[in-house]
Amino acid sequence: MTTKLQKPPVLVVIQLAGGLDFMNTLIPYQNGIIRDARPAVSVPGEDTLPLNDELAWHPSARAFKDLYDAGNVAVVQGVGWEHLGGPGSDRSHFRATDIWHTCESDKISTEGWLAKVVREFDPHSENPLTAVNFGLGLPRSLAGPDVNVTSVGDLDKFGLMPEVELEEERNQDIDIFKRLYTPKVSTGNVHDYLTRTGRSVLQSADMLEPAPAQYSSDVEYASNPIAKALRDVARVHTAGLGTRIFYTQHLGYDHHSMEGTQLPKLLTELTEAISDFLQDLRNHDASDEVTILVFTEFGRRIRDNGSGTDHGSGGGCYIIGDRVSGGLYGEYPSLKQEDWLYGEDMQHTIDFRSVYSTVLEQWLSVDAIPIVGGSYEQINPYTATVEAAR
Amino acid sequence: MDDRIELIAHLMRRVGVGETRDELEKLIERPYENLVEDLLNTDELIDPDQDVLSRYLPAGSLATEVMSTPGSRWIYNMANGPRPLREKMALFWHHVFATAYHKSAHARAMTAQIELFRENGLGNMREILLDLSRSPVMIDWLDNSENHADAVNENYGRELLELFSIGIGSYTEDDVKAVARAFTGWTFRQPWPRYPYSEGVTPVFTFDATDHDSAEKTFLGRTIVDGEDVIEILVKEEACARFICRHLYNFFVADESGVPSWSETPPLDQAAIDILAAKFMESDGDIREVMRTLLNSDFFKAARFTRVKSPAEFVGGVIKLAGAPKFPDFSVTNLSPAAALMGQSLMNPASVEGWHTGAEWLDSGTLTERVNFAVKNVTDVTQPGIALIVARVAAAGDATPNEFVDRCLDFCGPLDFSDHSRATLVEFAEEGGPLSFDNGASEEAAVRIGRMVQLIVSAPEYQFA
Repeated sequence: MTTKLQKPPVLVVIQLAGGLDFMNTLIPYQNGIIRDARPAVSVPGEDTLPLNDELAWHPSARAFKDLYDAGNVAVVQGVGWEHLGGPGSDRSHFRATDIWHTCESDKISTEGWLAKVVREFDPHSENPLTAVNFGLGLPRSLAGPDVNVTSVGDLDKFGLMPEVELEEERNQDIDIFKRLYTPKVSTGNVHDYLTRTGRSVLQSADMLEPAPAQYSSDVEYASNPIAKALRDVARVHTAGLGTRIFYTQHLGYDHHSMEGTQLPKLLTELTEAISDFLQDLRNHDASDEVTILVFTEFGRRIRDNGSGTDHGSGGGCYIIGDRVSGGLYGEYPSLKQEDWLYGEDMQHTIDFRSVYSTVLEQWLSVDAIPIVGGSYEQINPYTATVEAAR
Repeated sequence: MDDRIELIAHLMRRVGVGETRDELEKLIERPYENLVEDLLNTDELIDPDQDVLSRYLPAGSLATEVMSTPGSRWIYNMANGPRPLREKMALFWHHVFATAYHKSAHARAMTAQIELFRENGLGNMREILLDLSRSPVMIDWLDNSENHADAVNENYGRELLELFSIGIGSYTEDDVKAVARAFTGWTFRQPWPRYPYSEGVTPVFTFDATDHDSAEKTFLGRTIVDGEDVIEILVKEEACARFICRHLYNFFVADESGVPSWSETPPLDQAAIDILAAKFMESDGDIREVMRTLLNSDFFKAARFTRVKSPAEFVGGVIKLAGAPKFPDFSVTNLSPAAALMGQSLMNPASVEGWHTGAEWLDSGTLTERVNFAVKNVTDVTQPGIALIVARVAAAGDATPNEFVDRCLDFCGPLDFSDHSRATLVEFAEEGGPLSFDNGASEEAAVRIGRMVQLIVSAPEYQFA
């Protein structure tokens, strides 16, 4: 079955940096072995929010439960990749994040998977807002040669030289800036990248300038960084500037200690922000064309360490939106002790590139193979395959 | 323009944030090697200004907003203090041993770690790693206080190997586990209860023998018991010499590829790393010796404008150029927040990965912050640094547009601009009409020069050190 969208499909990617404890988000609440293996971080069974006989949401993910019950959340269980370096390899935040960003699990690459998508959508680098990152620092997934994307720290103050008071003088300065950043010959990779970035600042600033004033909303977002970032996504998306990919990060999931107090705070912030964001889009009649993809670099070890959990494998992804056919996808990794990878880790059941391929082909309508570097089995988390509006 | 002043300008950009033209003219009076020795040996130097600064900008003041006070003071001292390399070495180690305030929320513990890097940043690698392993804020940051004899927490053990000493590819998972066990019992205590005394007292390192796994372990094929054994082995590893020297090269000489690629991507300049690593091994990890070799090397002297300035360097460089803000102007406390907007929140990196350097500092958001900060801070031509540039440009007499631009670039640096950028600035000078400095620094002359400085600091070349 296919369905036609009125507007081009948009992907909002949220990276949970640090490694979310998937087992403590979607909890096998009836499983005694698991509870015994993680006494320090387990939530008492009666506090969890069951979704079936085996799995329950963490109590702080109530907003996710509500969205899930409404059919808007596809949970992809047991996401990971084969650790080619042997037991416990790729447990570095650095390395694991790079693997997700570049889709290369056995060699180093600096070209991001989303950068390749941007090149598909905007082959002549005409719209620097094709992909917009909110946050300080561009993720590697959006970095690539000849790819023009915008990174916004503060949407309300985005623009050049606001301190130059005389408008005539400022216009002249910006004109010279444009000439300085338009060299006639290449002067090396870093200089080329820098001057291209400078030119795109001018263009994107002009385009973004009206967005904050055009936006109004009844949804009151919380005042934490992820809520603020998603509100910025809503402001730019509803302005209709041609953005197809939004990206932001939620920091702090590296719970080696105090997981019992730290994780609930983050889960509350995250799930409420996503819920508010989706509601905001619906109020603006702008949710139909949006899919949210939430990922994290890895899951965590099965046994806790007395206060938190160390780096592990077998994480999860969440695909969220009004076009999503909610439910559980992939298989929850086996909890039987004899199946534990290296005797301590969850065995992943689906490759992360399967998730990417699914979103690329079924949502964004782009060929996944050149982007993820191969053919990966897909899941079917949409109510119908999207026939993208052009 | 003579190469000597360009060379000293280069040295001062790397060991600090750059020097004013007037200062450079004094510095070139001394031989290069002697300047390097002055920079390397400042332990005896008394710096009375710090006492005054401490009264107004206390290092561990309570309720600091993301460490804005100590972070700003740090940048201020990189620019204006008498011991720039000492501050810069502390920044170097902070890059490598990235620790953030946001976990402990304990300002004194955080600044105490940076103070260790200041005091011993040019010391022996063995002492530096011991200091680090005993730093309460690090113990808290990487959970070594949760690393118990009966419940091992691998966080510190893993990062000590991967990020702080020998790098990925030089150890196995079993080594990680052995190191983690060796560091059990390395913890800290609060001399007074944290509440209600809040952050008033710095926590101290303590070794809890009852929580230490004292069994023998195998690490890199050798038998060890304690964390000190681990460090003793690490500093003698050639992998450690190469890893740390590559970091030094990346920080002081030229932008390298990202750290995660180092296990498979060869260094930019293999010969340079060989020289530095050999000195590291020969001197048993003496960082002062390695830095002396680095700063006096031909590869260092030749590496002009080959690094993207870090935000702290960029902010420091701008206030040095402008000669403002200067203490006691309290706007100096805005320096660290400004660097944070450019992607470098001092004492608050996002994670133990630390910052991605080089071109990764730059994207449309952070470039906007850099240009805006620079332009804002040089706009007022009455600021001492800008006034000095105006006076010197004007004092040199009437100039053609070409001469005018060259003169401005010279007194703002000297800076090396591409032909295209120079030509663009010359066009702008021509558009402004004939230039006369007959009457010295007239108001009109000051405006013309001020505008030129604004454009220079917003140019692509100004992003490089």
